[in-house]
Amino acid sequence: MKIKLHVWRQLNPESKGAMETYSLDGVNPDMSFLEMMDMLNEQLIEEGKEGVAFDHDCREGVCGACSMVINGEAHGPKRETTTCQLYMRHFSDGAEIYVEPFRSGAFPIIRDLMVDRSAFDRIIQSGGFISNHSGPKPEPNSIPIDPGVAETALDAASCIGCGACVAACPNGSAMLFTAAKVSHLGMLPQGQTERYDRVQDMTTQMEEEGFGSCRNYAECEAQCPKGISIAFIGRMNSDFLKASLVEPVDRRGKMKAQ
Amino acid sequence: MLTLDAKLPQGPIEDAWTNHKDQLRLVGPKNRSKYKVLVIGSGLSGASAAASIGAMGYQVECFCFQDSPRRAHSIAAQGGINASKNYRNDGDSTWRLFVDTQKGGDFRAREENVYRLAELSTAIIDQAVSQGVPFAREYGGKLANRSFGGVLVERTFYCRGETGQQLLLGAYQALEEQIAAKTVNMQTRTEVLDYVIIDGKVRGVISRDLVTGEIKRHVADAVVLATGGYGNVYYLSTNAKNCNVSALMRAYRRGAGFANPCFTQIHPTSIPASGDYQSKLTLMSESLRNDGRIWVPRNKDEKRKPSDIPEADRYYYLEERYPRYGNLVPRDVAARNAKDVCDQGLGVGPTGYGVYLDFAAAIEQKGVDAVKSKYANLFEMYERITDDDPTKTPMRIFPAVHYTMGGLWVDYNLMTTIPGMFAVGEANFADHGANRLGASSLMQCLADGYFIIPVTIGNYLSGLEKDNLTTDDEHFAKVEAEVRDHANKMLSIKGKRSTNSIHRELGKIMWEHCGIQRTEASLKEGLKKIPELREEFWNNASILGVNESMNQSMEHAGRVADFLDFGELMCRDALLRDESCGCHLREEHQTPEGEAKRNDEDFAYTAVFEYKGEGEEPELNKEPLNFEALPLMTRNYKS
Repeated sequence: MKIKLHVWRQLNPESKGAMETYSLDGVNPDMSFLEMMDMLNEQLIEEGKEGVAFDHDCREGVCGACSMVINGEAHGPKRETTTCQLYMRHFSDGAEIYVEPFRSGAFPIIRDLMVDRSAFDRIIQSGGFISNHSGPKPEPNSIPIDPGVAETALDAASCIGCGACVAACPNGSAMLFTAAKVSHLGMLPQGQTERYDRVQDMTTQMEEEGFGSCRNYAECEAQCPKGISIAFIGRMNSDFLKASLVEPVDRRGKMKAQ
Repeated sequence: MLTLDAKLPQGPIEDAWTNHKDQLRLVGPKNRSKYKVLVIGSGLSGASAAASIGAMGYQVECFCFQDSPRRAHSIAAQGGINASKNYRNDGDSTWRLFVDTQKGGDFRAREENVYRLAELSTAIIDQAVSQGVPFAREYGGKLANRSFGGVLVERTFYCRGETGQQLLLGAYQALEEQIAAKTVNMQTRTEVLDYVIIDGKVRGVISRDLVTGEIKRHVADAVVLATGGYGNVYYLSTNAKNCNVSALMRAYRRGAGFANPCFTQIHPTSIPASGDYQSKLTLMSESLRNDGRIWVPRNKDEKRKPSDIPEADRYYYLEERYPRYGNLVPRDVAARNAKDVCDQGLGVGPTGYGVYLDFAAAIEQKGVDAVKSKYANLFEMYERITDDDPTKTPMRIFPAVHYTMGGLWVDYNLMTTIPGMFAVGEANFADHGANRLGASSLMQCLADGYFIIPVTIGNYLSGLEKDNLTTDDEHFAKVEAEVRDHANKMLSIKGKRSTNSIHRELGKIMWEHCGIQRTEASLKEGLKKIPELREEFWNNASILGVNESMNQSMEHAGRVADFLDFGELMCRDALLRDESCGCHLREEHQTPEGEAKRNDEDFAYTAVFEYKGEGEEPELNKEPLNFEALPLMTRNYKS
């Protein structure tokens, strides 16, 4: 296959970026999109030019590292697929492909296609866990969990934190990511104690990071490589409402101050 | 000569860990914050260790080269985690898990370590559930189980085909909790390049910020290496692209003994390689062998579609050769048999190096929905990569390099031969012997991180005299200068060849000469070719850019340079181990049926290599293995 690539090149966060155009010949349709990018980089290195910087690691669709907007869509045109699991057979011979970094004010560009998604880690730090120390714990079968609940919690927990939801959203909202974690932990018995603090803390942090608000475009669901449902956003909103109505605010802060 | 004091507990094995723990010295809660521990790596073992040690009150600094600890390769583990809970009432017990693991590893692991692993397995499930890991449940709400290779009980706990992901997220969340509590200082996009040893003890590391290129010094009282395995020495493997051996090799060069480097597990069920451009291989979980039947056509020139081949013309070679375990024989046995039938010309697919993994029988019996729901994401993953629907036509699979059982030598406290330097998870050699059974890597990483290192590290730290060492110390300056020299040396090569192509060539040498099967001749040949390729690297590699900025080309080159040195060490170990055991099959030593034939008289030891300087032959040290609780027996999966 022959491919024409337009790739966003940007040296560092401060510099001005621009699209650069490259031609590739001999692309095998069974190559993954990232293997095609490797091919481009080898070609560039042999010409004495620095390769395109991009994040990637597991190359089997689970680590969430790879992040590119391909022809206007996060992770490219195939549904429920990460960039590393997108194959060149999904493009036609002679195709022109535009490759850009994930775009959001909360995801600053580091270089070329690489962005800083540490805002997601800070959202998790604000409450995306069950407070716990390592050590002896109760026998798990003493707390039965409905298999349907466990399965739905797992649907939410399957989020790989890639940030496609943010990149896809016209508002750059991180609602799907946050809602997935709030739902996963909020559905399980172990997560009940902190359930209402968690939803408040995580949504507060989300806003502080500069993510936009949700306007129900549902682009996040459409471009989520794990097919995570926006129904979880509804669940989070419902918990948020309950938390603001009935639960004491900021209990976590008060507990820590004691 | 290394001193290999394994500090093994005395007395009956059932009480060994408890007694040992009771004897360990402690650091009181008020004093813990005076000690600084660096944890290198943030996968299952690193994140669980950093979170646990941090929560106890020590100062922890944790490093990973990814942008977030959630991306570590533990996330890709699919099938499950073992624990001897005996929930299925099928006779499981700590003893049985110990026996299976020891036998699975072909008696090349320390039995005290293996027993402790089996003993801690049940607590890991309790810990994970308390963190909110959503394990599969039965209708009554109790935890579900399935079976893995090499065992005759159902003891594997799972979250669909994403068990590693869920366990890692549990550990990652625990780590993020500690980062928020400021007990852990997380350094992402940072690679640790070397270690500072003072008075024989590890006292710090030198790191490189992968975004700015800045070289930094970090002082410490103890260092925990949780840097995973080295399967990428083969270039093609099931590991993530960035997995590497550098942290281990650099510790080895500073005096840490490297144990059993030749023990590499070849996983039987990977999607076969299809072309030269391929950058990695994708695993299909071993759990698929619960319902999938493995076969090849009986006739060499079979041209029919698999569905048109009648039963009589199908060769279910595992079921025929191993009637008791069938498709659930251990990984090394399944891998070797797959290669064997392909070498006989019976393989399927365009390259002839593939066998069928067929779900037709299970679908007929249980219905397509039931089978699909059990393996949903694995089926999707397969379809995405190959464009074939495994519910309609059998999967094609072939062995691929997967887990590495070798690693830094550690004593029972998980400390390497450098005082203060510990190694946990896949980075150490301790628990799996010559072959690892399925669903036990997650078990080891979490046992090490949640339960072992938090107490053993206290024992070490309690004996330390506190001093006022800072990074201004001359030892730091010296190691930093060496790190900079290494970078400059690479950047000054200015050759023509991409380091990726050199890595790919190394991978071919390793696969051909030190792969599923090895011979004296093949290993000697490998030991000739690798130094030639290393010459090529240092004379003709094209490494662009500068150190003082992001430089992925240089990062990769540094890792390839270490793989070149390591490949040689691996072949050397494989050559010296003139026996077959587990995954290490020396063709010279087989039973008449083609099974691995151990030589316990001469090789019942752990091989520990000691670095003797650049270009010098490393020295082989031996830690003899004793088999008192479970006497040596021949591995047999046939009857």
